[in-house]
Amino acid sequence: MKYRTYTLNGKETFLEGMRSSVPIAMGYFAVSFALGINAKLAGLTPFQSGLASLLSNASAGEYAEFNLIAASAPIIELIIMTLVVNARYFLMGCAMSQHAAPDTSFLHRLFMGFFITDEFFACSVARPGYLNPYYTLGLISLATPAWALGTALGCAIGNIMPLRLVSTFSVALYGMFFAIIIPPARKDRIIAGVVVLCFAASWCVNKLSLFDFMSGGTKTIVLTVLISAVAALLFPHSEEEAKQEESHEN
Amino acid sequence: MRINPYVYIFTMAFVLMCVRALPMTLIRKQIKSRFIRSFLYYVPYVTLAVMTVPAIVDATQSPISGVLALVVGIVAAFFNAGLFKVAIGCCLTVLVSELVLFPPEFLSRLLGL
Repeated sequence: MKYRTYTLNGKETFLEGMRSSVPIAMGYFAVSFALGINAKLAGLTPFQSGLASLLSNASAGEYAEFNLIAASAPIIELIIMTLVVNARYFLMGCAMSQHAAPDTSFLHRLFMGFFITDEFFACSVARPGYLNPYYTLGLISLATPAWALGTALGCAIGNIMPLRLVSTFSVALYGMFFAIIIPPARKDRIIAGVVVLCFAASWCVNKLSLFDFMSGGTKTIVLTVLISAVAALLFPHSEEEAKQEESHEN
Repeated sequence: MRINPYVYIFTMAFVLMCVRALPMTLIRKQIKSRFIRSFLYYVPYVTLAVMTVPAIVDATQSPISGVLALVVGIVAAFFNAGLFKVAIGCCLTVLVSELVLFPPEFLSRLLGL
């Protein structure tokens, strides 16, 4: 039986979250700075880019968003893109809902849901017991302002930076993506195969003129849906088995 | 036609809010469909992989530094270097390799090139 940790006396819980927030904030700042350069290229002001980061909290999603703004893409493309690129947050939301105490209020659920990111999700579900909104508050206390400020700053001074440094920072975001996808691929051969297939397919679709009729955003949507669906059909993922494997490791 | 950026920003924020908060507020039981669960399980890996390659190679001043950053990023992530270190590793790779590929004037003079 789960013990009850959903209490509103949360000073210690808040501080616990804040400690985890420090390394996340540093990572976020470097990555969002690079994101801000993309926002600048899309024609956004520093305020707009900071606002976008504050409201969205999504690295890959915002990167896609800025590319679509740069291309003056129709809003419907933005909506489809947001749904597809951020489908993982939906999955994380489903997983998190299983960790919430049954009597968690609607506002607390909304609050904890709003701040689902890869990092916050990983920290939240790794904690024993029920989700605690004070822990979420601690997690976001440093990292979310760092994310928004980094984006705004990247947008503001990214253009007065030498080309050399722009080039340097432009790969930070991709580095972060590697850090998210490669470690699971190392543990799981199916994910490894899927990732390699993605690299190859994406390379072909983006480099062969045959596919020039699709915009960059459309290519990402089509590839994501296609490859994920094929992988799900061929290698259905069983969470029960995964959990058992995890408990064996521990 | 240029659409006001705020339309993009608020639309995105609203859709994302729904994506994140709907399962938290509405779904209180596990999704039953094995296919949908598997599909959602693979989506993050697929979408991030697709967005990274070949974009990382085109992001830098020279494709050579981009490819080097790609290799360093994958190797560093493979050894569980963590988010921050992998990102910094990729950045440093580009910085150093482009200092060699496009040496700044003071460096060329220093080396007598």
